[in-house]
Amino acid sequence: MNNNSIVRFISTFICFGIETALYLLKGGLKFYIWCFILLSLGGLVVIGGALQGYYGFIVTGLTDQVTWGLYLANFVFLVGVAAAAVTVVFPGYVYKHKEIKKVAVLGEMLAIAAVSMCMIFILFHMGRPDRLWHIFPGIGIFNWPNSMLTWDVVALNVYLALNVVCGFYYLYKKYMGEPTNDRWYIPLVYIACVWALSIHTVTAFLMNTMPTRPMWAHSILPIKFIITAFAAGPAFIIIAFSVIRNNTDLDIPDKVFHFLSQIVVWCLGIALFLTISELVTELYPGTEHSFSLVYTIMGKHGLTMIVPFFWTAMVFMVGSFILLLNPKIRKNLTILPYICLVAFVGIWLEKGMAFVLPGFNPSPIGEFSEYTPSIVEIINCIGTWAIGLFIFTILAKGAVGVLLGDIKYKEYPDS
Amino acid sequence: MSDDIKKDRAEEPELTDQSRRSLFKTMGLGAASLAGAAALVTGSDDKAEARTTFAEFFQKNYRLMSEQEKKESVKRLETRYEEDYGRKVKVGYEPAEEGVLFGYALNIQKCIGCRRCVKACVKENNQSRHTTEIEWIRVIKLEKGQFSEAALTQGGYPGGDYGIQVGGNAYRNAGLILEGQHYYEPEKVPEKDSFYLPMQCMQCEKPPCVKVCPVRTTYRDPDGVVVIDYNWCIGCRMCMGACPYWARRFNFAHPTLPAKELNTDMHYLGNRPRVKGVVEKCHFCLQRTRKGRYTSCIEVCPVGARKFGNLLDPESEVRRILDRKRVFRLKAEFNTYPKFFYFVD
Repeated sequence: MNNNSIVRFISTFICFGIETALYLLKGGLKFYIWCFILLSLGGLVVIGGALQGYYGFIVTGLTDQVTWGLYLANFVFLVGVAAAAVTVVFPGYVYKHKEIKKVAVLGEMLAIAAVSMCMIFILFHMGRPDRLWHIFPGIGIFNWPNSMLTWDVVALNVYLALNVVCGFYYLYKKYMGEPTNDRWYIPLVYIACVWALSIHTVTAFLMNTMPTRPMWAHSILPIKFIITAFAAGPAFIIIAFSVIRNNTDLDIPDKVFHFLSQIVVWCLGIALFLTISELVTELYPGTEHSFSLVYTIMGKHGLTMIVPFFWTAMVFMVGSFILLLNPKIRKNLTILPYICLVAFVGIWLEKGMAFVLPGFNPSPIGEFSEYTPSIVEIINCIGTWAIGLFIFTILAKGAVGVLLGDIKYKEYPDS
Repeated sequence: MSDDIKKDRAEEPELTDQSRRSLFKTMGLGAASLAGAAALVTGSDDKAEARTTFAEFFQKNYRLMSEQEKKESVKRLETRYEEDYGRKVKVGYEPAEEGVLFGYALNIQKCIGCRRCVKACVKENNQSRHTTEIEWIRVIKLEKGQFSEAALTQGGYPGGDYGIQVGGNAYRNAGLILEGQHYYEPEKVPEKDSFYLPMQCMQCEKPPCVKVCPVRTTYRDPDGVVVIDYNWCIGCRMCMGACPYWARRFNFAHPTLPAKELNTDMHYLGNRPRVKGVVEKCHFCLQRTRKGRYTSCIEVCPVGARKFGNLLDPESEVRRILDRKRVFRLKAEFNTYPKFFYFVD
């Protein structure tokens, strides 16, 4: 690359940015209302964040017994959603599924949005977010490879970078009307596919390497995390694709939906199988190490806070699995997104509420204490989800604009 | 990784606040706004305190500080505490003594569950009290084992009518910890049919909390005490998830500590007042033990159940107990090698 081509790349990339930004401002009433709602809800984190920053974690429902709460639960779930971008990228690039390859970039955009949400949730989870720089390698101390959390930091940040580079490079090349340079682009996409597995695996390792918490210290955890993520992620992508298909000119063929819904249904099936394996393994011998699980599914000592979440999750997951098994329902693209929404919520309940939260009960000395999220925590979670959805909306809209050819490079005579 | 950092830092021990500040400026972070954020987070509006907060913000991990930096840091803390509490304080930074490995032994046969150790610890170690209470020692009440014939028909395997031999838990063993056992409030101790098991940080030789800490703010000092640099902790609470003994406490709010109750004899890694959003725990009263004194829980114990000493000294009290008494450790299956031993005569 000589100097001229670098200058050209920078100038055209700036054009790409500006044109995309201008394109994002154009939209129908529905788009504006949607963005307005998301931004208003997202603004809530300013209030919630200020309260938590000023008063400390006393405004949350957390205690010394249950020190990880709603923030970490959402974080774990969203790492899965981010990883699940691979369910469109992998078929597109490795199976060479043509229709999926055309829209695979939307999966990368989802990954970027989901990882952004993860990072906001982590900042909310930290007692001292002002000291974040302490973990930056070089100026702070990065306890790698000892601390599993540092592995997660590496995994997530590299994954974000991979998706930003792959996604925006692909869109930029589309914008320029040039083919991608596959000599480095394709290997990078393959790396991103494998890396997607690593982020959720490492998040599982973060939890199951703590023998203090017997419910988590289970070697089934990494595969269960990945399987539930590969059900929830494509479920969300199906919903997003339906919205895009109904509201833009981008034609996403039925085949794409059929392919994704098959991934959802099989992953849901395997997830249920893994749940059954876990229940039998823990409950049959019934040692004290199963108390967390007993607390989750039927309550313990009259404390039943998690029970409704667990059973709702089970009903949602089993229900959507059975419905999706029926090809007539699965191929009906009008109801498919709604079933996917049920599956998505079901897995959020199963993984976030009914798995991360009860892990701290009983405490290492055998104490059970209920954790009820406070209003500040709920506000912050809603706000963060809204911010994440807004990021995804913007990224997806821009990507759709490029894919449609609405955003296209035009050579000006004087440039 | 950290060895490289250590080396870098060792080569330039005179790295001043100013140069560190400019380092941040070159990173484009905007030092002033960060300090503003820091002031917001600590909830302080006082100017002098904001200045101290500003300087503390750029301070490095205690373990990597040069002697000079430690001195400056301690001086800053003294100024801050004197302003906050209006009393003259002394923040020490005595290092671990060579040839010393602290160990603790507790005689559960003697403990009467009076919890004087808990209260003395709160007082000595400047823990938050009155509104938000933090206690490092937990005394768990255990009811003595019982046999009840009535219970033979309760809680066994289901399906007794179908020829399966079933039996309930007629014997309830001592040591079964149920909810709320450390919240007991009797008129008098010891209660009939109960015995007591105090728990605190076990100062493990292989501490899981140290392993999981992403920023190495908690580490094992050479005298075997697992310490925390409260100024480096990011509050991620990984350590609280990993500790098998539930020894760690989080500052959910700015600690409430009346000035007249302040213990003015402090140690940087020990009992100096903490800030909100960081984790703390028992550190064997570093401010005392590194000067050859007993911990406050030992001094206050009315029955002499608590013993302490240098594990490397064969004649020390704790070593003699290990040699002669019936000693066990809690949750030995976690393989963390605690230096907190329980024994009976």
